[in-house]
Amino acid sequence: MELKDNNAGTGRKRNYFVSRRIDRIFLELYKIYAFHVRFFKEVFVPPYEFKEVVRQCYEVGVRSLPLISLTGFIIGIVFTNQSRPSLSEFGATSWLPSLVSIAIVRALAPLVTAIIAAGRVGSAIGAELGSMRVTEQIDAMEVSATNPFNYLVVTRVLATTFMVPALMIYTVFVSLMGAYLNVNQNELTSFTTYITQVFEAISFLDIFSSIIKTFIFGFTIGMVGCYKGYYSSKGTEGVGKAANSSVVTAMFLVFIEELLSLQVINLFRAM
Amino acid sequence: MKKINPNINYDNKVIEIRGLKKAFDDFEVLKGVDLDLYQGENLVVLGRSGTGKSVLIKIISGLLTPDEGLVKVLGQEVDKLSTKGLEQLRLKVGFSFQNSALYDSMTVYENLEFPLIRNSKSLTKAERDQRIHFVLDGVGLLQAINQMPSELSGGQRKRIGIARTLILKPEIMLYDEPTAGLDPITCIEINALINDVQERFNTSSIIITHDLTCARAVGDRVVMLLDGQFQRQGTFEEVFNSDDERVKMFYDYNFVN
Repeated sequence: MELKDNNAGTGRKRNYFVSRRIDRIFLELYKIYAFHVRFFKEVFVPPYEFKEVVRQCYEVGVRSLPLISLTGFIIGIVFTNQSRPSLSEFGATSWLPSLVSIAIVRALAPLVTAIIAAGRVGSAIGAELGSMRVTEQIDAMEVSATNPFNYLVVTRVLATTFMVPALMIYTVFVSLMGAYLNVNQNELTSFTTYITQVFEAISFLDIFSSIIKTFIFGFTIGMVGCYKGYYSSKGTEGVGKAANSSVVTAMFLVFIEELLSLQVINLFRAM
Repeated sequence: MKKINPNINYDNKVIEIRGLKKAFDDFEVLKGVDLDLYQGENLVVLGRSGTGKSVLIKIISGLLTPDEGLVKVLGQEVDKLSTKGLEQLRLKVGFSFQNSALYDSMTVYENLEFPLIRNSKSLTKAERDQRIHFVLDGVGLLQAINQMPSELSGGQRKRIGIARTLILKPEIMLYDEPTAGLDPITCIEINALINDVQERFNTSSIIITHDLTCARAVGDRVVMLLDGQFQRQGTFEEVFNSDDERVKMFYDYNFVN
């Protein structure tokens, strides 16, 4: 109210193309577009912050290992256990390794890895950059002639883009180990038979498409976290919002991307 | 009371602002500001909170863009510079933030090394170390070199913030509320440091504040921002020798009450 009263005498009015709300939606879309363009422009331009990229890869990759290991292993066990009754109705429990490997490689491992990365890494990036924004640390970098976008955004997005696929491959491995534990205990299948069945069931396209998919998931998680944090405002409340909306938006986009990639991969399979 | 710096070069304007306007949504903060900063001068910008003092120096440093008007820093129009050009200009313009804005995940040493590594690539590690030690010594905090920002007091953080801007040897210093939130003794120390920086590093400075003790201690010239425009300017006494009720209130609150 006070702002409007102060402005009353100035005679200045802002013009909006449609309305303030719709203008803001278009402005937001433009900001997202410009953020992406800036990333692709700056990723190839020196100075390259190799040290920071390595540090971020460690943060994203190595520090996610405990959670990924536990989740992947349990998913392998649980999925195998839950699939057994249906297969045993047809006397097809010997197909368990094939079923499990297809499910893990094609869908479970990429999705679970992406969701864990969005929750653990996306929120951390959003909160860290958000906090740096509201405490003017990003401005401080800018005024000291250092490119904060290059140092903060490019490094983090590169780290998530390359580490999420690596984590996915690791998730596949631990999930298959969890599944083997269950299969071995119940069907007494040997490790060699299990591995043979696993690799017979999956094709190059399955592995290749999952890796490509997780590159996209990783890029999305990094970009969303950085965007939300980089443009956060309104003090500590804004930091919380940035962290929260980084996770929600990244997960939403990952599921949409999963759906779209499924259609594309099916097209390739049909060829 | 500060003696006016005899080394001020009134023939050389390092900052020149004409008709500067800036609004946020419907709220017009700056309504046609004119300002000159001369080489070697400490200029204090006084005004109430929310009157656009910080906006003014953020426009000078290129963090915000003006809606209208001319902003020339060291002869270059800030809003017309390319990204590279702006980066080059920023090497010559130091900005000390109100809350110091130290990188909280880095030690004091790393805070100072960060801009140096990226902007003075020809320096060896030994030369970088030497410059960091020199600047830290200058602000009297050499002993804090390996501490984290969270381990420092408010006054120490301000000093390190100033040291970080000095590390690039700027020609112009912009101080945003350098004494805000500090106890009176630390304020006196910060004021002395601002004068010391002016003498030792031969900088021209704009000091944004609403602390009249600070204004009197560091300002060669004082300007007062009221209703989005500079209403009064001159020495401290000239500015406050006024019948304007708003100016009187400002003075009375600081020195009478």
